[in-house]
Amino acid sequence: MKNFIKQKKYLILRRVSQIGILFLYFGANVWGWQILTGNLSSSKFLTVVPISDPFALLQMFFAGAVISLDLIIGALLITTVYAIIGGRVFCSWVCPINPITDLASYLRRKFDFNKISKRQPSTKNIRFWVLGLSLVLSFLLAVPAFEFISPISMVHRGIIFGFGFTWAVVLVIFLFDMFVLKNGWCGHICPLGAFYNIVGRYSLIRVFHDVDKCSECMECKEVCPEVQVLSMITKRTEQVRDSACTNCGRCIDVCAEEGALGFSILGKKTA
Amino acid sequence: MTERREFILNTIRTAGLVSLAGLTWSAYVDEITAKTLILRPPGALKEPDFLATCIKCGMCVEACANRNTKPKNAKPTLILAKTGSNRPIGTPYFIARDEPCYMCPEIPCVPVCPTGALDENLVTTKNKLDINKANMGLAVIDKQSCIAFWGIQCDACYRACPLLEKAITIVYEKNQRTGKHSYMKPVVHADHCTGCGLCELACVTEKPAIFVLPLQVALGKAGDHYIKGWDKEDEKRVKNSKARLNRTDINRKSAIDSLNDAGDLY
Repeated sequence: MKNFIKQKKYLILRRVSQIGILFLYFGANVWGWQILTGNLSSSKFLTVVPISDPFALLQMFFAGAVISLDLIIGALLITTVYAIIGGRVFCSWVCPINPITDLASYLRRKFDFNKISKRQPSTKNIRFWVLGLSLVLSFLLAVPAFEFISPISMVHRGIIFGFGFTWAVVLVIFLFDMFVLKNGWCGHICPLGAFYNIVGRYSLIRVFHDVDKCSECMECKEVCPEVQVLSMITKRTEQVRDSACTNCGRCIDVCAEEGALGFSILGKKTA
Repeated sequence: MTERREFILNTIRTAGLVSLAGLTWSAYVDEITAKTLILRPPGALKEPDFLATCIKCGMCVEACANRNTKPKNAKPTLILAKTGSNRPIGTPYFIARDEPCYMCPEIPCVPVCPTGALDENLVTTKNKLDINKANMGLAVIDKQSCIAFWGIQCDACYRACPLLEKAITIVYEKNQRTGKHSYMKPVVHADHCTGCGLCELACVTEKPAIFVLPLQVALGKAGDHYIKGWDKEDEKRVKNSKARLNRTDINRKSAIDSLNDAGDLY
């Protein structure tokens, strides 16, 4: 049991974080809690501190909306936090789509899909194109374009304010990730992930690889949703530099026995 | 050489995929935002500005649900458009016949808006929130189905109106058919009506004969070249009028001459 927890430490913590945050928002709507009101697009923490999605703000700017001070403060706050702890920490610790794509990815591994279709038919850079497209369309249509199709806010809003047809969106993303493209949504398409990828370029918390302890089992590359960031495995002792890394900690979990991977702050390895 | 070709091919392939995505994406957004028959909370900006500014956080909906002034067991007025509801997704609206706006004097839904899509200034008079200034829509009466216009006595909408005697008044008219009764017809006054929809909820007909339409649908516009000459304030508008002058060869001279000089008419 102790081993089980050790090998799933970050996975469990992430699920607690994801569900916990959702639950606080849910409670705000249903029972009138005042800890986190609103949703991931914009909210108030303890009725005072504004928090806002910086990517939504960027789209609003391109759409030509007048931007309020509350929104700017909220977005700056979020940007600063993620710039420090790792941009895509949002993806693996907060985003409600993550459990869905994680499940698809887990099933892909269980059913050995990855061995049947090894070649990935698409480049991971496509998300930066989608990011650019979001801003161009926001400008042309004069509305925040991604906010109208974002499955992230759809699911999040759905859970808090009523699901509607959102289940179809969830199903499509699941099937896409399961059968069409490995890590299809989060790893290739999502412009919000691409945005946080850029935000987290100089983040202080990163995964650290110690090559001396590595047993070359390649488990970490098996479970990693952004395999390209683990290019140093078995080769060099160094930090993960690529900010596509979501700091999900799966690689650290599967390496718990060897201990060749761990989080590092400012390049210094933590225990 | 092959590497360069591969790079160019891959770039064009991605660009192709992206334009395909862009086409469907923009088509969807264009369609969904073209919806004009939707009632917004009080203080909402004009629809195009509202759509650009609303961040879809739902805090107005939460504020509305938590309000104290509503009748017990009533559902909250504001709804956040669900996926597949055929409305601009995630934006707040209300359906007057289901649950109208009860016009709470403290307007809890407006100050919580983080983006200003619900603008306090639009519902403020003399530094105080004033719900009577709200402009959510305009009540419109279908005279065909309104039973008061048949001669049957009904003043449900008149009684339900929170701005009684201002937004809806009753006019009396002789009923020629009987010769001894009168019609008591409701009339809506656009400058007072807030579009709250309490009249629509109260209407006794099967499908309401009085209903709230968004202003951009319900209102016409005379334009600045029609002014009320007896109203000094209104007369100033004429300065904004952009007169359109027709400069064709025919009206360069007077109209009569143009016929005379037209040459061989027969």
